[in-house]
Amino acid sequence: MELLLSLAIGILVASGVWLLLRPRTYQVIMGLSLLSYAVNLFIFATGRLYIGGPPVVEKGIEINPANYADPVPQALVLTAIVISFATTALFLVVLLASRGITGTDHVDGREPER
Amino acid sequence: MIPSPTHLLIAPILIPLAAGALLLMFDERERRLKDTITTVACAAMLAVSILLLGRAHTGGPGGDGSVYVYLLGNWPSPIAINLVLDRLSSMMLVLTAVLALPSFIFATARWEKAGTHFHSLFLFMLMGLNGAFLTGDLFNLFVFFEVLLAASYGLVLHGSGAARVKWGMHYIVINLAASLLFLIGVAMIYSETGTLNMAQLAVLMGQLDTQSRPIAEAGAAILGVAFMIKAGIWPLNFWLPNAYAAAVAPVAAIFAIMTKVGIYVLLRLTLLFFGIKAGGSNGFGAELLFLAGLLTILFGAIGVLASQALGRLAGYSVLISSGTLLAAVGFAEDGVTAGALFYLVTSTISISALFMLIELIERGQDPAANVLAVTLEAFGEDSEIEEINENEVGLAIPETLVVLGISFGICTLLLAGLPPLSAFLAKFAMLSAMFDPEASGIRSSAWWLASFLIFSGFASLIAMSRAGIRSFWAPLEGVVPRVLLVEIAPVAALLLVTVGLTVAAGPAMRFMDATAGDLHKPNAYIDAVLNAVQAAPGPRGGIR
Repeated sequence: MELLLSLAIGILVASGVWLLLRPRTYQVIMGLSLLSYAVNLFIFATGRLYIGGPPVVEKGIEINPANYADPVPQALVLTAIVISFATTALFLVVLLASRGITGTDHVDGREPER
Repeated sequence: MIPSPTHLLIAPILIPLAAGALLLMFDERERRLKDTITTVACAAMLAVSILLLGRAHTGGPGGDGSVYVYLLGNWPSPIAINLVLDRLSSMMLVLTAVLALPSFIFATARWEKAGTHFHSLFLFMLMGLNGAFLTGDLFNLFVFFEVLLAASYGLVLHGSGAARVKWGMHYIVINLAASLLFLIGVAMIYSETGTLNMAQLAVLMGQLDTQSRPIAEAGAAILGVAFMIKAGIWPLNFWLPNAYAAAVAPVAAIFAIMTKVGIYVLLRLTLLFFGIKAGGSNGFGAELLFLAGLLTILFGAIGVLASQALGRLAGYSVLISSGTLLAAVGFAEDGVTAGALFYLVTSTISISALFMLIELIERGQDPAANVLAVTLEAFGEDSEIEEINENEVGLAIPETLVVLGISFGICTLLLAGLPPLSAFLAKFAMLSAMFDPEASGIRSSAWWLASFLIFSGFASLIAMSRAGIRSFWAPLEGVVPRVLLVEIAPVAALLLVTVGLTVAAGPAMRFMDATAGDLHKPNAYIDAVLNAVQAAPGPRGGIR
């Protein structure tokens, strides 16, 4: 499972970085989205991988922490997802504004001279 | 223990949040009401921050300062997400409020009309800034950073137009990428230490074994890169001068503190994580910060010399200020840090004033005129231009130009660090601490920092004098800008603050010394956070 997860994160980051460096705004936004997925998975993995371990303990009983998943990274991931979702939406608006004002989807607002 | 009302500590976050949310209810046409509410909110923020500053500086037993911790939700420390008020954070709160009020008043004259929701965005950004300064928790720092960035994305686009959209988009992409780095760094640190509480991290960083230490250090380094992007450190700063120059004047004026948030976090975290408690990691990355600071100063100095437009000149001045501060952080010595903090306050205020002033000077001027002027200088004067200038001699200089000229002169003195104003005192404090005869010896890095400080001041002086001569003594067109009182008053107020700092340099420097002492020996901070007492239940079972 560790191998699978690290491969997934690695491929997402690699594609994300490549897309981020492309000159078209749509590619950039896709790159940022892929990168944020990778980062979310990464944060999730910092709590170590558990199968079938609940993150919330029950009240009043003896607990062995080894049987429970770490809840903090899961909370962090939730926050990070919401924030990256919001910023992506915001960036989409800017992208459309730029397309409308400059008439091109190049990140510099004009086509490169050939 | 904690003087009442304890809850005052959260007011700098709640005031702009409540006011900003309230203003969303009103239509853009009700401008006067919105202006009033925002002004009142900014003034309240200023009052509260000054109160908190006084409390952090002289509160506590013996009147020698104290650290106040606010446990959100009243969970026990260190599990609770906390807000921490010490001298440094209270100083940053006051600085934010001092910039916010004039910037907003400046905006009321015309700029707030250039787009929608200016008031709310402005207030939400203030909320993010105050939260970032107050929080004692790494992840909450991220959240507040996102709040202030999201609002700043809106503000940088305020007024719209091709240039703003283009540079604003670059600004947004860079900062989104930086936020991802921020998250990676936080996650790596969490994976090795199991906490996000800064004070607890400071203790745990020193106790890591050889296996986890490199991962935590790598996490901190990635975090550092994220903050260096936000602070505008070379080579991560090519977006900054353009974005700041493209933003409308009052927005650029409040953005002057945005880079300082990055510096603030770097200062606080390096001294907490890699300070005296760090064990094997002591001083991690300090040389790199120092070097990056020097290179940023160099880049900024070349930038101010090469700038043809005033807006970009101010943008590069932001870089010089960031670089100087970062180099001082990397230098890691009490006295230098104290001088750097004083420099932080004066340079932020003066750059903020400059951004507003530039807009007034350039009003009514053709933006291309300045470009033309510098190009003329490079290729030799044109005789035709000389002739026009001679015709201007007979005209008396109108009052507006006198006021603008004097303000510009004060800005020049401040940016170049010339006596008698506070920027000189700040630089002098840094230099005298570097070459302290009572210290064990002068480090070779001191010579580097000193020469870069003086060189950057000289470069600013040349650039500002040239710009000043072009704008006031030899204008290509004789257009006198029409300046309203509400526009020049904020600039004057900010410049008066620096004059005040010059006059009250003694108390100010004592405060900075105490702040630097706290930062370099963070025991009080760590103890206060880790031993924070939960609020006792009130008589009716609630929280007092």
